[in-house]
Amino acid sequence: MPLLESRNLTHYFDGLCAVSDFNLDVEPGEIVGIIGPNGAGKTTVFNLFTGVYRATGGSVLFDGSEIVGRTPSEITSLGIARTFQNIRLFKELSVLDNVRVAHYAQVRYNAIEALLQIGRYRAEEKRVTDRAMDLLAAFRLEDHAEEPAGNLPYGMQRRLEMARALATGPRLLLLDEPAAGMNPNEIVQLMDLIQWIRKSFGLTILLIEHQMRLVMGICERLKVLDFGATIAEGLPRDIQNHPKVLEAYLGEEVSP
Amino acid sequence: MTYLLQQALNALQLGSIYALIALGYTMVYGILTMINFAHGDLFMVGAFLCFVAATYLKLSFVPSLLLSMAGVALLGVVIEKWAYKPLRQAPRVSAIITALGVGIFLENFTLALCPYPKHIPPLIAHEMWSFGGVSISSLQILIILLSILLMILLDFIVRRTMVGMAMRAISWDKTIVPLMGVPVDRVISITFAIGTSLGGAAGVMYGLAYPVIDPYMGIMVGWKAFISAVVGGIGNIRGAMIGGFILGGVEILVAAFLPSTYRDFVAFAFLLVLLIFRPYGILGKPHPQKV
Repeated sequence: MPLLESRNLTHYFDGLCAVSDFNLDVEPGEIVGIIGPNGAGKTTVFNLFTGVYRATGGSVLFDGSEIVGRTPSEITSLGIARTFQNIRLFKELSVLDNVRVAHYAQVRYNAIEALLQIGRYRAEEKRVTDRAMDLLAAFRLEDHAEEPAGNLPYGMQRRLEMARALATGPRLLLLDEPAAGMNPNEIVQLMDLIQWIRKSFGLTILLIEHQMRLVMGICERLKVLDFGATIAEGLPRDIQNHPKVLEAYLGEEVSP
Repeated sequence: MTYLLQQALNALQLGSIYALIALGYTMVYGILTMINFAHGDLFMVGAFLCFVAATYLKLSFVPSLLLSMAGVALLGVVIEKWAYKPLRQAPRVSAIITALGVGIFLENFTLALCPYPKHIPPLIAHEMWSFGGVSISSLQILIILLSILLMILLDFIVRRTMVGMAMRAISWDKTIVPLMGVPVDRVISITFAIGTSLGGAAGVMYGLAYPVIDPYMGIMVGWKAFISAVVGGIGNIRGAMIGGFILGGVEILVAAFLPSTYRDFVAFAFLLVLLIFRPYGILGKPHPQKV
């Protein structure tokens, strides 16, 4: 059974159709890429999957249950996490707290226990902090745990965003342009990192990307959007030479 | 010298009440970027609940205090749910006008129930101690210690618990916090409950210090506490505490050396001058807007 099934997902902004009839099945363990020119509706699809927008029409099943109409925090608790095209960290919070806050739904202690520092409070706080530190270590950020997140260099902020997304305990990870602003060398490292987190966290990954090197390198399947509509889908090597894709990116061929 | 010490003690008492109320303004601002102008009137409701608890229910100090705090917290949560939440996507000014309306409603609702000023019975045994000419009352000690205790508890919640961390995250970027699995509406309710209950506690203590209470008592005190929050840097919790004590100090100093009618004029002038030189308050930081 697919982990994520999107059926005729459609979204309008005041009459402007941003996404129309978006159909996608993502099998557990896959890495699927969504590509397309700017403004094609890729990020809107992510916003629909995470409940930031409520779809105008269609349905999205995650692990068999409908998520259209659920709140973002419920969807996150079900197991979908994401990163953002423009990094959205809590820049005034420490690196550690950025990851700790994403454990919110998993913490079990009440106000009395916290105020009196009794019962589950200490054990739970320690468990969350240990888990957060493990995640930071996995992303080579443990030496910066106490710094404000806003002080980290760009590449580390990207990694911290992934660590924070993983802290919510997802099964499906949505990466919105993870390679934006990276040089070719960093992109190779990022590809290794994505492969590694898929394996070690048992994740399914859906990613939006413009960097063809990354898309062709790690995506097993691609979906191409233009003006909200799907214009092509299939294996990366087939997509590369698909006439509609070339047209969308480069413009129509002028016949001699 | 003893005169100065005596005044410092008075400043500490007044300042701790301002600080407690200022915390309510600053917490709500931090999480919703709105000024809850009904907060001064919630402080007044706290004093009236204390009057009800002490006079009709014959409760002693601690149960009266807890009842007032719980009642005001409940009222704060209900106000947020019914009056402010529907306006969360509306322009900020709509929410602020609503808050002013809620405040006027609370004043007049209380006025309708209690048309005449009420007198809170003395809940604390009155005792005076004198140290080399500086006299201190049991009530002063209670107000100062209890306020400091409440502020320490709040600081602990905000810095050391998940709810506090969620509050700080929401105040930085509200839109993405739900994507961390945080139920934002619940955290906002908790923030209102905590912030308004501190205002209720301040109402009880103010009512014990100045036992004649009336439905309009929250207006001027509320404005002063609001100034404290802005002076400290609105949205900043430690700033609100510092601001409260600074304003208490300024007022007592003015009353000590100038005619007491100068007090409010100096307090507001202080705000104007400070904002010229530090528009973000003492501990506030500028949030650059993206253009």
